[in-house]
Amino acid sequence: MSTATIEPSLESRVHYLNVSYGIKSWLLTTDHKRIALLYLASITLMFFVGGAAAVLIRLHLIEPTGALVQPETYNKLFSMHGIIMVFFFLIPSIPATLGNFLVPMMVGARDLAFPRINLLSWYVYMVGALLTLSAILAGGVDTGWTFYPPYSSNYSQTHVILAALGVFIAGFSSILTGFNFIVTIHKMRAPGLTWFRLPLFIWALYATSIIQILGTPVVAITIALLGLERLFHVGIFDPKIGGDPILFQHLFWFYSHPAVYIMILPPMGVISELVTCFSRKRIFGYSFIAFSSLSIAVISFLVWGHHMFVSGQSVYAGLVFSVLSFLVAIPSAIKVFNWTATLYKGSISYDAPMLYAMGFIGLFTMGGVTGLFLASLAVDVHVHDTYFVIAHFHYIMVGGAVMAYLGGIHFWWPKITGRLYPDKWARFAALVIFIGFNLTFFPQYMLGYLGMPRRYAVYPAEFQVLNVMSSAGASILGVGYLIPLVYLIWSMRYGPVAGPNPWRAKGLEWETPSPPPTENFEETPVVTEEAYAYSTEEA
Amino acid sequence: MADHPAQAVQVHALAHQFDDLDQQHEASNFGMWIFLATEIMFFGGMFAGYTIFRHEYFTSFAAGSHLLNWRIGATNTAVLICSSLTMALAVHAAQLGKRMQLVTFLILTIVLGLAFIGIKLTFEWSRDWNEYLVPGQLVLGHAFAPQGEILKQLQEAHASLPKVEMFMFFYFAMTGFHALHMVVGVGLLLALTIMAWQGRFSPQRFNPVEGIGLYWHFVDIVWIFLFPLLYLIGGIS
Repeated sequence: MSTATIEPSLESRVHYLNVSYGIKSWLLTTDHKRIALLYLASITLMFFVGGAAAVLIRLHLIEPTGALVQPETYNKLFSMHGIIMVFFFLIPSIPATLGNFLVPMMVGARDLAFPRINLLSWYVYMVGALLTLSAILAGGVDTGWTFYPPYSSNYSQTHVILAALGVFIAGFSSILTGFNFIVTIHKMRAPGLTWFRLPLFIWALYATSIIQILGTPVVAITIALLGLERLFHVGIFDPKIGGDPILFQHLFWFYSHPAVYIMILPPMGVISELVTCFSRKRIFGYSFIAFSSLSIAVISFLVWGHHMFVSGQSVYAGLVFSVLSFLVAIPSAIKVFNWTATLYKGSISYDAPMLYAMGFIGLFTMGGVTGLFLASLAVDVHVHDTYFVIAHFHYIMVGGAVMAYLGGIHFWWPKITGRLYPDKWARFAALVIFIGFNLTFFPQYMLGYLGMPRRYAVYPAEFQVLNVMSSAGASILGVGYLIPLVYLIWSMRYGPVAGPNPWRAKGLEWETPSPPPTENFEETPVVTEEAYAYSTEEA
Repeated sequence: MADHPAQAVQVHALAHQFDDLDQQHEASNFGMWIFLATEIMFFGGMFAGYTIFRHEYFTSFAAGSHLLNWRIGATNTAVLICSSLTMALAVHAAQLGKRMQLVTFLILTIVLGLAFIGIKLTFEWSRDWNEYLVPGQLVLGHAFAPQGEILKQLQEAHASLPKVEMFMFFYFAMTGFHALHMVVGVGLLLALTIMAWQGRFSPQRFNPVEGIGLYWHFVDIVWIFLFPLLYLIGGIS
């Protein structure tokens, strides 16, 4: 936190970054903006740890017989990649960073309702992350991120308890974040800020928070029971001693399917903000987008069985879950159509955040439509546990969630740091990521459809060309992720001063200086108009 | 606090992120309800598992239920209901600003909570341990192996021992997590008592008492469900 080079225009004013200095002022802060930055640093670290595992996986799969590691190590690599990326990057990603930073500002409040609980959530996250990382350092875990028993509870010789404990603990940080957002959105809105004047990002996070508080406790108790079964060898899930492994799958997916929407609803909220700002138009179908977020949250709790079509649940349950899974397409499509309609006749500018938003819309649509293939019973029997599934959820999670996360980071970066990043580099990186992503994951759809199963360290020789394409794409993607890391860090010190509203965007967060003062606003704002009051004349 | 001007109390009690005490009060109350929703889901996972296996292993679960002493369970139920009453009276005293009453009822609640845990430990869990009814031989080195009369009783009921062990596992997991919540609750009540003794609450600011009161009632209600599910499903003998 050296201040020597900060220009007078940022330094002359007291804001949340220069109000106090020293490690203690960060580790004991209750300012939601500083906590957001603590989260940002931690999840970025976890992203690159999980990414390193992905790099090793792709390197290994260059050769049909496996180029790099022993099969046992390969199992640990994909488990580590999944556990870290799902529980320690994707789930906290947008809520804990951009959400933490923006929710109080977007509702016109000085902080979240419970600032100390907010700080607690970061510490809880860190304890969970350190436990899971220590499991990896101690020799790893090889159950896959799903921890299916009886393998995980009885047979695996790896550090299941330690890794599961980390996930269990990190879950509570997610609960605390969701809990804080719900109370803040209900009780702390500025005068005049009615529910239907809220930004759609807030609606998306509200829906996400509902899933976080209702779903996460279930996976917590499930993992606790799994740990107890492994410790005490009493059958809850292990059929050999009277348990039922399908029960674990039901309980696990009761959370872990809605968790997919914890990962994708906040990105959808970000995209709503980006599309309307860079089209300089009101959002099309505001209330449809708002309610589609809520309906996704509700439906998300009714579709978990589509992960279990072939694992022994009754065919009638399979039928019902298949139909319900198709329903998710409706609110998702409502969003895509409304974003597209917002673009129509808009005055579109292709700044870096908008490039990410466009990438999101296309890739999310592909990921979503292939999700319908998987929701169809017969097709799923053919492609289940193949690379088709891998490609599908990476289109949602990486093509969708990570794209939107980066778009959001680029959009609000001037607000967070008060400085601009080099736009040319940012657009270049967005392009590299888009190309690298498609080259990595499109071949995986083909591989899966041809029958290559997931989680194998070796594969038949005829799949090599597609696998090499995928690995080549992964290296491009990896470079694409490193570029923003470099120029964003660079811009914190050397970027030009941004001013309060570099995008001429609407929303309360843009009406306060960048970086904002500790209590966000000089005086409590009063809201007199709806969200996204853009007009085309202005452009 | 009664002789301080109300204005001074308010300024002291209001956290910086809130506009007024009403907003703060509403937020903390609402937050506690949201938290209790997460607790329902947490216990819900165990109740779901219990229900499924109760259905699958009907006879063994009923026989397992006979291993528990419903009289002790009923006594503990009464103790908890009384503690809910004293907790409610404590909240009432806080609303009226009666400091000594508040402290008294908080201490009574703590005593009843400790009585519950004490009864559980001395009359139930230690007996289960001595009768080899605690599941989990590997870590504890003390296998689930009912003997003598108990074994005969289980055999007469045509129960399968592994399934009875599973029932005991649910019994210990569910009452264990419940007891853990009680311990946390007693700790919170202790903190409240100290704060109440120092006169930190007033009719303007008593939301911690109210919030922890809600938590305490919730933990009681969980027990109200646990008692019949664990102690009474086999019929009273």
